[in-house]
Amino acid sequence: MLLKLTCLVPLFPLIGSIINGFFGLKIGKNAVGLIACGSMALSFLTSILIYIGYLMLPEGQHIYEQVVWSWFGAGDFTVDFGFQIDPLTLVMMFVVTGVGLIIHVYAIGYMHEEYSFYRFFAYFNLFASAMLLLVMGNNFLLMFIGWEGVGCCSYFLIGYYFEKKSACDAGTKAFVVNRVGDFAFLLAVMYIFNVFGTIDFSDVMHAAPDKLIYGGEIVTIITMLLFVGATGKSAQIPLYTWLPDAMEGPTPVSALIHAATMVTAGVYMVVRCSALFNLSPMTMMVVAGIGGLTAIMAATIGMAQYDIKRVLAYSTVSQIGYMFLACGVGAYTAAIFHLVTHAFFKACLFLGSGSVIHGIHGEQDMRKMGGLKSHMPVTYWTFVVSTLAIAGIFPLSGFFSKDEILYHSLMDGNIIFWGMGVSAAMLTAFYMFRLVFMTFHGESRVDPSVHPHESPKVMTMPLVILAGLATIGGLLGIPLFHGWHILHNWLEPVLHFDLAHALHQSEHMLHEAGRHAPSWAHLLTPKEHNIWIEVLLMIFSLGVAITGIFGAYMFYIKRPDLPDKVIEGQWGYDLVQNKYYIDELYDESIVQPTVEGSKLLWKECDAKAIDGAVNGTANVIGWFSRQAQVFQSGFVRNYALFIVVGFISLLLVMF
Amino acid sequence: MFLTFITFLPFLGALCLVFMRKENASAIKQTALAFAVADFLLSLLLWTNFDNTTEKMQFGLNVSWIEAWGINYHIGLDGISLLLYVMTTFLTMICVIASWDVKKHIREYMIAMLALSTGMLGVFIALDLFMFYVFWEFQLVPMYIIVGVWGGPRRIYASIKFFLFTAVGSLLMLVAILWIYFHIQQTTGVATADILYITDHLDVSLDASKWLWMAFFLAFAIKVPMFPFHTWLPDAHVEAPTAGSVILAGVLLKMGTYGFLRFNLPFFPQASFEFVPMVAWLSIIGIIYGALVAMVQEDLKKLVAYSSVSHLGFIMLGIFALNPYGIQGALIQNINHGISTSALFLLVGIVYDRRHTRLISEFGGLAKIMPKYTVCFMIVALSSIGLPGMNGFVGEFLVLLGIFQVNGLWAACATSGVILAACYILWMFQRVMFLELKNPKNMDMKDMNTREMITIAPLIILIFWIGLYPNTFMKTFDASVNHLVSKVNPDNFRPHQEKHKDSHGEHAQLITPTEMASLNQKLQMPKKF
Repeated sequence: MLLKLTCLVPLFPLIGSIINGFFGLKIGKNAVGLIACGSMALSFLTSILIYIGYLMLPEGQHIYEQVVWSWFGAGDFTVDFGFQIDPLTLVMMFVVTGVGLIIHVYAIGYMHEEYSFYRFFAYFNLFASAMLLLVMGNNFLLMFIGWEGVGCCSYFLIGYYFEKKSACDAGTKAFVVNRVGDFAFLLAVMYIFNVFGTIDFSDVMHAAPDKLIYGGEIVTIITMLLFVGATGKSAQIPLYTWLPDAMEGPTPVSALIHAATMVTAGVYMVVRCSALFNLSPMTMMVVAGIGGLTAIMAATIGMAQYDIKRVLAYSTVSQIGYMFLACGVGAYTAAIFHLVTHAFFKACLFLGSGSVIHGIHGEQDMRKMGGLKSHMPVTYWTFVVSTLAIAGIFPLSGFFSKDEILYHSLMDGNIIFWGMGVSAAMLTAFYMFRLVFMTFHGESRVDPSVHPHESPKVMTMPLVILAGLATIGGLLGIPLFHGWHILHNWLEPVLHFDLAHALHQSEHMLHEAGRHAPSWAHLLTPKEHNIWIEVLLMIFSLGVAITGIFGAYMFYIKRPDLPDKVIEGQWGYDLVQNKYYIDELYDESIVQPTVEGSKLLWKECDAKAIDGAVNGTANVIGWFSRQAQVFQSGFVRNYALFIVVGFISLLLVMF
Repeated sequence: MFLTFITFLPFLGALCLVFMRKENASAIKQTALAFAVADFLLSLLLWTNFDNTTEKMQFGLNVSWIEAWGINYHIGLDGISLLLYVMTTFLTMICVIASWDVKKHIREYMIAMLALSTGMLGVFIALDLFMFYVFWEFQLVPMYIIVGVWGGPRRIYASIKFFLFTAVGSLLMLVAILWIYFHIQQTTGVATADILYITDHLDVSLDASKWLWMAFFLAFAIKVPMFPFHTWLPDAHVEAPTAGSVILAGVLLKMGTYGFLRFNLPFFPQASFEFVPMVAWLSIIGIIYGALVAMVQEDLKKLVAYSSVSHLGFIMLGIFALNPYGIQGALIQNINHGISTSALFLLVGIVYDRRHTRLISEFGGLAKIMPKYTVCFMIVALSSIGLPGMNGFVGEFLVLLGIFQVNGLWAACATSGVILAACYILWMFQRVMFLELKNPKNMDMKDMNTREMITIAPLIILIFWIGLYPNTFMKTFDASVNHLVSKVNPDNFRPHQEKHKDSHGEHAQLITPTEMASLNQKLQMPKKF
């Protein structure tokens, strides 16, 4: 059966990684590239076979699980090294292997001058393998192998240029900040085991409504912890600071890891655990709120950055905020939809920026670009297509996915969430076109000694493919008519949630515990899908996007002198350009005190207090022995004296 | 007999070395290696013949030693000691290879090393309290000599500190052993110090058992070392030669945790239960404190030493979770720590051999000239911070899972050690391996040679083996742990009404009502949703 091939999908890149890592230097760059891309291609083809196999599953079976071996256990706790194939996993597998393959091909061109070409591809393949483990694992801990594995590869790749201090710092920062999230994730897993007695996804999600009370404390704590884990990996407030710094890595890394796949792992995880999140309205509010807030905040920062990759990084943070906004209002399909389209257009944007950087010999500052349109036409046009997609212009993919999120945030959430989404959309359109105009249009500000050139075919072909995907990706879910929404129907088995059943179970559990169940009746009123509101919203947000683009046009094409005038002396601009001083705040309030405090602990507590006590004891004993030496004088007459004194005292005591 | 033979084989080797000519260094090294390898292979034979299904002592031997006092030569292995035993022979072998370049008094060095091995093996097989005590004290001597003779500049201070700390602790243990010996004689009429007999027949009041527990605790807590008895460890590690550090971290510290599992828990189950909060808090402090202090160390070995304090905190926490998750996690973490920390010390030793300094600030940019070394170091460092897929994670997760069943807050505090571990290891790694190669003294440092690869490679294989398929190792102690847990299960001592059943689900009862209430308060959940 085709599904038996499941375990091969993460295995291929792993083997590729091992071969390249050990023998990469000997076999030469061509072979390294071939092995790396070949393993990804094999993975992709196997994914297709698995997809076919999945379609052939008998009616009613939505999930295929494959246990490779029993990983570890103790007492009644066991965890398998097992994979699962379900609609959600398949979507993610295609994104990872498909987009991954394209970016691998691109990287052959981009990294070609590097001495440690093999090292790059060894890490890159290892990343793909870990990412596939993450999306294919059938339990929380196997997911966690992938979860930390991708973080670890991200650490290697951010610090790829390890001689640069900023790159090393960025890598370490990414790892440590991610660990904060992982800490919460681990606690959540333990709590889940405590409640369910298992950590397999299918069992946990199936049993969730029967074991957890709707809106109860336990489910709220579990989902909050999971969400903190997601904020670490997916760079949301308050743990987003590592992602912009992560741009120190080579550009293909930024495209694959820090845009298309790894950073969306948090979204995947929340959707995977939707059965838990659905039970906690409070967590859902927090998820949506954090998502919306991050979307706006990152977008404002993105408006004032000059490093081309940093703008894109903040844009990624902002777009993932959108996905969490969607999750928070229960629109999981929309979140995954946006995840997919975002993977296409953001990968294309990053690779495009890489092509620009490559074409002007490593310059990343947009103030030193401009007028590149004529020099690199393929890059320019693919870039524009993707920018239109991210800005949400009809009929590109971003339009559909973004509008679906906005629609749900109004209908299932509230006007505040919608307002957040719309303002972020406007800001997105503005800063993305600011980027396009500053980079490709206007006067050339490129260093005259540099001659900009278009990138080789191996780099432009991936751009064209991704731009194509960014254009047609919206077909996955045309929101107007729900029968047409392919993705929605596809994900239905995973996301299916029976609220009435869950509430009934909760009432039952509360009743058994002798508590009174609150009234939940209003939750069950069905919401109608209003096609007119949706059309109206679409037109509105299209208008918003066009306004943003027009603004950028006014500022950066029509009146290039305007930006400087507007921002002059504005404290708001300073604040935004310095990223709200969040990094400084964390440094001052957390990092420095920890380091200083640790030094204090070491010097004062360890060396002085504890060792002092020990040495003090030794000294006291030494002092007593020196006093006692007096009695051991060695003279018989002294001993005789002591005997007499002792005898007399004894007599005195006795009588 | 077989077990006795394996245990004393290194000592036999040491005796052989005594009669060899001092000048013939290579013959001495080869003989020592031959004995170490033979011992390791024979101990593997023990493992393959070990019966996983029973908690009973195996390969046992019980002959009278000092008949008048009922002291026997009683030995045996069960699931708790088997892996520690094999790890001891394994690390001895690695250490002999790692010490190949020792120049000073090589014969005496190897004698001390082999004698030390027998001493340590004896501790793990002894089933008679007096015999245990003899081995416990005996292994101190060669270790003291190794640190004191082949150590660094402050070796005298460090070795005396090491000796005094451990000796003080074990004296109280001796008092407790004597007390038990006389008590058993009084209550059962049998003059014996047999550990298995005492485990089954010791019957003391709770108050008395608390005192005895404290006496044992002090001896083992110093050995482990637990906060605040840890200050001997960084000094001893820094001054010890590489192999000394490896043995110290890999085996000697494990004697402490082994002692808890062999004596404190089975002898005094109720006292152990009463002391859980104290041990847990000391362990948590140790985890966080060790990690924080490790972060600001300037000396590589001190950093690894303090990280040991942190890791051993996890092991102690697992043991005192008193459930199968925690104890199995602690046992596998014993092995993990032995592997990862030994590897770290070996790796630090490699740069120390080349540069004769361990100051972090002296290095930087080694990745460029020592790629093999960098990869090995990276793998070991990641295993040490518990990256899933490598050995550290399996143990750490089980320990945390175990303690979570007891108290969520403790688990949360302990888990924060995971973040701090990433901080100190990665920061150190960055400063040593990455950045520019600036220091001219480092320019011509050689990458690892074959001998050094041979010492590290098996450890790296084990790192992945345990990380991906720990069952090979964990199934050896399954039965023993279940037996132990059935004795120390807290439910045996809890008042009955606390065993309530919550309506959330079958596992929800593990969250105590008070915790639940406090969580409720903290979250301030609205009454209506």
